[in-house]
Amino acid sequence: MTLLDVGNLWVKFPTRQGMFEAVRGVSFSLKKERLGIVGESGSGKSMTGRAILRLIRKPGIVEADRIALEGTDLMRLTEIQMRQVRGEQISMVMQDPKFSLNPVMTIGAQIMEAYLLHAKASRSEARAKAVEMLEAVSIRDPERVMRAYPHEMSGGMGQRIMIAMMLIPNPQILIADEPTSALDVSVQRQVLDIMDRLVTDRGMGLIFISHDLNLVAEFCDRVLIMYAGRIVEVCDADKLHAAQHPYTRGLLNSLPRLDQPRARLEVLQRDAAWAEAPSVSGRV
Amino acid sequence: MLDITDLNVWFGQGRDRVDAVKAASLAVEQGESFGLVGESGSGKSTILRAITGLAPDWSGRITVDGTDLGRRRDRAFYKSVQMVFQDPYASLHPRHSVDQVLSETLHLHGLGEIDRRVAKLLDDVGLGPRFRFRYPHQLSGGQRQRVAIARALAGEPRLLLLDEPTSALDVSVQAEILNLLTDLRAERGLTYLMVSHDLPVVGHMCERLAVMKDGEIVEVMEVAALRRMEARHPYAQSLLQASVAG
Repeated sequence: MTLLDVGNLWVKFPTRQGMFEAVRGVSFSLKKERLGIVGESGSGKSMTGRAILRLIRKPGIVEADRIALEGTDLMRLTEIQMRQVRGEQISMVMQDPKFSLNPVMTIGAQIMEAYLLHAKASRSEARAKAVEMLEAVSIRDPERVMRAYPHEMSGGMGQRIMIAMMLIPNPQILIADEPTSALDVSVQRQVLDIMDRLVTDRGMGLIFISHDLNLVAEFCDRVLIMYAGRIVEVCDADKLHAAQHPYTRGLLNSLPRLDQPRARLEVLQRDAAWAEAPSVSGRV
Repeated sequence: MLDITDLNVWFGQGRDRVDAVKAASLAVEQGESFGLVGESGSGKSTILRAITGLAPDWSGRITVDGTDLGRRRDRAFYKSVQMVFQDPYASLHPRHSVDQVLSETLHLHGLGEIDRRVAKLLDDVGLGPRFRFRYPHQLSGGQRQRVAIARALAGEPRLLLLDEPTSALDVSVQAEILNLLTDLRAERGLTYLMVSHDLPVVGHMCERLAVMKDGEIVEVMEVAALRRMEARHPYAQSLLQASVAG
């Protein structure tokens, strides 16, 4: 069953040098799966994620034939209706918890706020739910964390708190934009495991945006590779290492590997034709 | 080239004292490339900062090229030891052009023929003359890191301290910068002390590495052993597992 269907999505920014097109006609669909979007900085992967939630600030322009969430076209909703969608149906986890958590609110108050905005519940119910959610993201001593402020948390804890906050309204889709790139390798895995478990248990769709090819290959079901605002290749995550497009191959080859020592790393030779080729459809 | 014995570095005093590095010892040979790995807060960057004099409270012994370092570093020290920082967005002055950054550095090193040297430095790091009068915001991340490397090379140092030089960059740009560092080391016979959390990067760049945890060096190993996955310390093993799976 298709949760989300994006057709011909464009994100544009007017600049003094003319219109800058960050995303250029991208189409893909999302089922109850883990969909990875990979690409380098400037490839438009984050803008794609934000555009789905219509979080592109003016003067940025979002155009699409449709962004259909279970049949409802998000492009046609008013801003007020859109607020109902954000959090309740689609949530987003950003890269750095330091900038996403409110520094002057306790963790507990922030998680409860996320819940109370969407559910008709009393404060004590919300509190119980928040503690339960913190336990679900493997936070030890959730009662203490409820009273704590964001600066008292480590990066890994902060990101788990973000995940708790985003999942508490029980959305159908989670968009995670580089959720672990601010974290240490050892903590990364822990956070991913938690996210994976929650997404699978609840039967959610996940859009996982990352620049890390290995991480995406291991963690996702299907991968879209973006270059210059377009999708250049779509493949199953477990077949990413056998990808065909020269850009994907170039990215994979430019990584140093422990098992294959080389004197020099391969440097990606960019081809102007990659940016001109029409976007590959990521719909199934 | 570099000898560190029983290095302790701490921040704050009394109850607030944090011991960032505890009794660390390591030796880097002339022309060698040595890696420091560990998670954030393990003290790896602090060792670099102690060497350059950016961490004021330290005890133990640091010897560079046979000379013991005291509380203060003199000009000769900064000519032979330079550091490249992680974030090229933060380590370049936003209102200084590339030309100003490099000219000022050359001037501070007391070098003449600044005009010719600036052109040479840009050429050495693969940037070329058209980048000379640009400002940092007109450069990409990789180009900025090249400028930072050019600045570090200005005084013709012998030891480069590299603090996560590519972790803020895309993988394709990372490959370019790592290749540049490999070439520069071969051309100039540089010695590297490189901090990274990325084991494959350290494996690519270095011959030996030290694994740090909670301010202590828990294991020093050859990269060859790393490739064979032969870590002895349990923490080093878990780090290796995490990087291979990832």
